[in-house]
Amino acid sequence: MRNYILRRIIITIPLLFVISIMSFFIMQLSPGSYLDQIKMNPDISPELIETMEEDFGLDKSVPVQYLYWLKELLQGNLGESFTYRIPVAEIIGSRLLNTFILSAAAMIIAWGISIPVGVYSATHHYSILDNIFTTFSFIGLSIPNFFFALLLLFLIVRLNIPLPISGMTSIMYDYMTPVEKVIDIAKHLIVPAVVLGTASTASLMRQMRGQMLDVINQDYIRTARAKGLKERKVIYKHALKNALNPMITIFGFQLSSLFSGAALTEIVTGWPGLGNMMLTAVRSKDLYLAMAGMMMGSLMLIIGNLAADIMLALNDPRISYD
Amino acid sequence: MPTEKLNKVDKDFKNISPRKRKFQGFLKNSFALSAAVIIIILYILSIFAPFIAPYESTEVFKKHFYHPPTKIHFTDEDGLSAPYIYKTEAVGWGEYKVDQSQKYYLNFFSRGSEYSLLGLFSSDIHLFQTEGDIPIFLLGSDSFGRDIFTRILFGGRVSLFIGFVAIIITTIIGVIVGSISGYYGGWIDNLIMRVVEVIMSIPSFYLLLALAAVLPLDLSSAFRFFLIVSILAFQGWAGMARVIRGMVLSVKQEDYVAAAKALGSGDRRIIFKHILPYTTTYIIIRATVAIPGYIIMESGLSFIGLGIQEPSASWGNMLSAAQNVSKISSFPWLLLPGFFIFITVLSYNILGDGLRDALDPK
Repeated sequence: MRNYILRRIIITIPLLFVISIMSFFIMQLSPGSYLDQIKMNPDISPELIETMEEDFGLDKSVPVQYLYWLKELLQGNLGESFTYRIPVAEIIGSRLLNTFILSAAAMIIAWGISIPVGVYSATHHYSILDNIFTTFSFIGLSIPNFFFALLLLFLIVRLNIPLPISGMTSIMYDYMTPVEKVIDIAKHLIVPAVVLGTASTASLMRQMRGQMLDVINQDYIRTARAKGLKERKVIYKHALKNALNPMITIFGFQLSSLFSGAALTEIVTGWPGLGNMMLTAVRSKDLYLAMAGMMMGSLMLIIGNLAADIMLALNDPRISYD
Repeated sequence: MPTEKLNKVDKDFKNISPRKRKFQGFLKNSFALSAAVIIIILYILSIFAPFIAPYESTEVFKKHFYHPPTKIHFTDEDGLSAPYIYKTEAVGWGEYKVDQSQKYYLNFFSRGSEYSLLGLFSSDIHLFQTEGDIPIFLLGSDSFGRDIFTRILFGGRVSLFIGFVAIIITTIIGVIVGSISGYYGGWIDNLIMRVVEVIMSIPSFYLLLALAAVLPLDLSSAFRFFLIVSILAFQGWAGMARVIRGMVLSVKQEDYVAAAKALGSGDRRIIFKHILPYTTTYIIIRATVAIPGYIIMESGLSFIGLGIQEPSASWGNMLSAAQNVSKISSFPWLLLPGFFIFITVLSYNILGDGLRDALDPK
């Protein structure tokens, strides 16, 4: 097991290296650079542009620029954002945290709802409630995140629900007590978290129902019932435990896909996360910021997949990696 | 993935009476069937958009921006009547007053602006028009005074076909690369799988963002459509190739493949005649399930302004007009393109589910 994890981690390094080359060249393909935009601004002196060109090595060829970037990266320097004129690392840290908060909230919603609902649906399958849940899950699966977010915002404005509609903090945030600050962020979190949570609730519910149905029809469940165990014990102790196994893999994959999936929701609700940052960076040709976002996103995805495999092995003694 | 293996043992249908089982099956089938019908209707509507829509997709009614959906009246003082509308006049910013002094009847199959259908023949007959050139907005108008109903029909051409074209390209690349990788093995397999790994390790939306930002803004809309399809396919083929490779790997060991080899069949014949047919079911299901994903991705990209550009319509870029909360609350019909995305995706999901049950009863 330890060897396996070690091997996986070692594979990650060349993987990230290739990803960085690929992303760098994709970004450089785009017409015009950030400097072109600055050059059009008459307030900025040509000298400043020249020093910027030199600082960022933007007057060199693309492969040389890449090497510059790589050298800095290996020394722990992610470069400086063209737009914000501060180190990328400073921006990325807070953005990553925000995306984490959002993803965690969405996951709590999704798992909190889908596990009990899935178990209920499986134990009462083809009942009226089960059919209703199935219908809801189809709707949840099919509604695009950004459209759902727009609908929620529409409802909030129309029904005068006292919830903020954009961003992460209010204007008065800086003057609030710590408790108020938490409440303020939580209020802002509701819409994006519900949007993001609904999509995964829908798919998790179906997965959970399917797994549970599989398990309930196994022989050992019949044995447990034949032994005279209470139905409650059969379901929650024998069935649920086994049905949760495959869900753990899904949990890992969700960890990683939430980053990707959160992007559009972040953009619509103005949540200052990694996805929102990526859009700004890509749009304003903020090369180093975009690169950092890309690398961070990929790293999270790889870690998520690895975590999924490890969790599965820890949970299921039948699986061994050698 | 071990989950897939576990999923295969679907015992949904055990423990129910035969009659109930039949009923459930029928219900599910009729669901899938009606989903298929809805999808076909949507495609027909968008293919025949120039005929069904009363206007051209870029036709602007400057004095009628943010016009609410026009009310069509079917009754008058004497009971039922031919459908007619009233004229409206702007009385404020996005506010309109109905002038009930005169009725304007709808003319069906009447002449309007010229168009060519599928590039095959041209005509100027539209499904309906109004008397006296009074603009009719079945689903309201947008900030430029363009008819949203018309633009939804034309936008469907982009949104509906992008998924279709993208899945065809993805499938072709995925199947070819996957079967080469699985069949030949060795360093080719190794190389291909590493490339697949790289693509699958980048968050898909970030990759789409970076690629879409590369596209210059001044492309013709047809070329842009094609490039966006390529981007979606570039990002999507990897997953397909990986699964096809796995299937090819397992089929390769079968006796009939060895027999074909012994008979002297070439590699290409073995792959296309003996191995790939085994994967058809999977490919059909996967394609149906993947199309709505592409539709959502395209509309997402267009929504944030990186996909299809104005003045061309796509459901995604029409929705971006609704990005402003104060606008959606005063002009809620701007949200309508979203419902079309939703209905399409929902129908595809239901159809995919039905297909999976029908083709893969494991």
